[in-house]
Parts: sequence; structure tokens; C-alpha cells
Amino acid sequence: MRDIAVVGFAQSKHVESDTHHNEVEMLMPVIADVVKQSGIGAKEIGFTCSGSCDYLIGAPFSFVQALDAVGAWPPISESHVEMDAAWALYEAWVALQHGDIESALVYGFGKTSTGDLGEILNLQLDPYTVAPLGLDHLSYGGLQARAYLDTTGRSERDLAEVAARSAHDARDNPNAVRRGEVTADDVLGEPPVRSPLRPFDCAPITDGAAAVVLAAGDLARRVCSRPAWIRGIDHRIEAHQLGVRDLATSMSTALAGDTAGVASGAVDVAELHAQFSHEELILREALGLGDEVRVNPSGGALGANPVMATGLIRIGEVAHRIHDGSATRGVAHASSGPCLQQNLVCVLEGTD
Amino acid sequence: MSTEPVTMMVEAIRLDFELGAGTAQSRFLLGLADGELRGQRCPVCRKVYMPPRGSCPTDGVPTEEEVLLPDHGIVTTFCVVNLQFHPAAPPAPYVCAQVLLDGADTPLFGLVAGVPADEVRMGMKVKAEWKPREEWTTNLMNIKWFQPTGEPDAAYETYQEHV
Repeated sequence: MRDIAVVGFAQSKHVESDTHHNEVEMLMPVIADVVKQSGIGAKEIGFTCSGSCDYLIGAPFSFVQALDAVGAWPPISESHVEMDAAWALYEAWVALQHGDIESALVYGFGKTSTGDLGEILNLQLDPYTVAPLGLDHLSYGGLQARAYLDTTGRSERDLAEVAARSAHDARDNPNAVRRGEVTADDVLGEPPVRSPLRPFDCAPITDGAAAVVLAAGDLARRVCSRPAWIRGIDHRIEAHQLGVRDLATSMSTALAGDTAGVASGAVDVAELHAQFSHEELILREALGLGDEVRVNPSGGALGANPVMATGLIRIGEVAHRIHDGSATRGVAHASSGPCLQQNLVCVLEGTD
Repeated sequence: MSTEPVTMMVEAIRLDFELGAGTAQSRFLLGLADGELRGQRCPVCRKVYMPPRGSCPTDGVPTEEEVLLPDHGIVTTFCVVNLQFHPAAPPAPYVCAQVLLDGADTPLFGLVAGVPADEVRMGMKVKAEWKPREEWTTNLMNIKWFQPTGEPDAAYETYQEHV
């Protein structure tokens, strides 16, 4: 296996609704920032891969339009996944493993303010027997939260404490949209949106973008004083039909975590793609993260959730803490699909 | 009870979006309401985009310099339409064209009228025919169509890279 590291990470200052900028205008400064940070010339980058969703924009081939932000001339080697950009990073990692390129640019973007996210995410369900029932992401999130609480005996207060801690941590994240002091009592004081989930248990509507630059071996060492090396990365998928899964656990996360090698060293920090407070608890258990592990110091997806970039941001946030020396080994997790259907786990490490 | 497989089901799907045009296209659309044609120039390759997209897709940089363009230019390419489907078109056969405004590097879509369809040519010089001012909105339809100025045609070499 080739050594590959995250050498740059940038994200937009996320907002709940950006009515002024289109997707390209939102992306351009983020890409310019990450390329500058990486110390690799824009024209030297070997591969470009993005993650986005046409359904969010309501336009086909919107990822092609997004290439306006990259400058695809002379023609570049480029690909796209209709998934969170964490999976674009996985594709770029595989491309780098082939050994014929030295660097890659990965980006993701999403505006969830332009459409009705619940109606859009309904369409990822089984189209014959589930989607016609009109379930939105909050509804199936609520189903999963209830299954988790009833199976584990945990309480709604446990969920509220995750929400309160996330809001508190997001105070120090200038890019988060939901920041501030909220106590567990405050969380519990709001009526549920889909019982047992209350407003602070659910990720906010967010417009934003993020980008990462990957580099291999010697190039990474040359351009970055403390590269965040990808020690393991794996992604797993569970059944589409919610009724055949155990919603109270995440087998696919556990398996991806094992394969990525989460348990083979101490974990300083973990960034988990939990769009609901109960998801963080399920993911912690699946990854075997103890109380000593700092989870979502950025505030996580409950602080900002630019869909299709949120998972990539988890990788970037961990890498950022390795770059600045505040962490040595971290775990990043990204998710896609209803009720944590698909999960990607990435172990990052810095060396002195 | 039927044992026939279900081969068809109807599920109505509708998604509504509220899209912003973005900063650059908003400038362009607001300009139209004042009868202005606002392009943008790339700081790297110096190309002028019309309509502006806010970025240069070749260089991947913002195009912040605004350039006011005249409402006349040349037909780079065109087609004759024999079906009456454009709501504002003259009676068929009519002409849809790419019009390269003087000073622009990308062509604008427009109708060509005031000349029989079979007399429209590549390189033909045209000028915008605007709707009455009181009907102007933030819409390219403010330009009813382009019509020939009667000047000599532009030589192919002068616009070949814009076809």
C-alpha cells in the first residue's frame, strides 16, 4: 500500500441559506483556499473527484457545471460520485494507490435550503413500498432513535446531552451554523419534531462546501510539515429495506472500523457523521470508542450539515487537528443513505 | 385473488426548488431591466463572458471585472425553425441564432427577424430590437430579437474561434 495523506483542507463558512451565491460561486473560494494550502500547483494536481447530488439542486449534471470552479483546461482527469464527497475521497485514494499520480483534489458541495430536504431524501427509499408512504429523513431518523432507546434502555436525556455538547463545541467552530450554549434541559424543553427527536437532535439545514487535497509519499512530506496519513479506509453497506435491518446498531460501521484498523491504536479524536444525536451514540458503540475519545470537537453535523460535504468535512476536521499537532491519531466517519445505511471509516495519523 | 405480477404502479413525484441565480447572473439580469448588457472578463485569459457565469471555466477563477457590451454583434451560427414553438418568435420559418456581441467571447442566444429566414448568414451583422422600455424586466426576453444592420458581413476568420 502506498502512503497517502491529507495535506490540505478547506470549507466554506456555512450558512442556513445562501441566496446570493450559486454552487460554483460557493465552491470557488474553497477550492482556491485548499489548493493554496496544499502547496501543490493547481495544474500539477493529478486527479479531481467530487461528490454532490443533482436532486439537491434540481438540475441534471450539476457536477459538470461545478467544474467551472476548478478550471478544467487543459483537460483534466476528473470523476464524480453521486454521494457524499467522503466517497469521492475514497475514489481518489484508490486512484492514488494505482501509483501513476501523486496528488488529488476532492470536493463536495450542497445547498439544502433550495428544496425540501425531507421530500428529496424520501426519494432514496425503496420506491415501491416505502417511499410512497411519505417518510422523510426526520421520520426514519425518529424510527431509528426509538429503536435505539428501547433496545438499550437509554433515555431522551442521553440524546439531549449529545445535542447540548455539540452546540457547545460548535461555538469554537466559525464555520458552524448552529452554535451556542444550549443545555440538555433546553433541548428537552422543545416539543419533538418526530418523537423522540427534538429540534436540537436534528442537523440544521445548511448550504456549504468543502475540499481536501491528498498527496502521496514524498510529495506529501515535502508540501506538509505534518501530513495526516490515511492508515486505513473502508466502507460498507447494509440492506436498503429498513425493515430487514437492526436499526439500533450499525454493523456496517463496526465492520468498516475493524477493517480500517480503528482498534489498533489509541484514538485522540473522532469526527462522526451523525445527523441526529442518537446516531452519534450508535456510531460510538459500533466503533468501540470509549469515553476518553473526544468526539466531534467541531460540533459535528449537528453544528453544520452541508449535505454531500458533511462526511468529507469529518475527514478534514480530523486531518486539521493532526496538521496543527493537537491530535496524533484520529478516526473520521462518513455516512450515506437512510438510517446509517452506508458507512465509511477512515483512520488518520500524524508522525513527528 | 390475482397472482399476476404487478408490472406498473403510479407514484406522483414532484420536487419544488427556489434557486438563486448567483451573484454574476443576478448582476446580468438586473442590468437587463435597465437595458444594459453586463458581461464579465476573466483576469487570466481576458475572455469576456456573456452572459457572465461568475467564473472562468478555463482558468477556474472568479470573473469580477464587469464589462458593458453593446447590443450589436454578429451571427456566428444559426438554425431555421419550421415549427411555431417559441412563444415570442415571428411566424415560422424563423431563425434562432448565436449572436456574438461586439467585445464578447461567448455568444448569446437570440432570435433573428426583419429578414427572410433563408437570407440569414453566418457573419451577418445584427442589432437588438428591444421591447418598449415599460415592458423591461430582469429577463433576456427584453430583447425581442436581433435584426440585420445592413453592414457588410464579418469575415469568417474574425469569429471562427467563437463558432
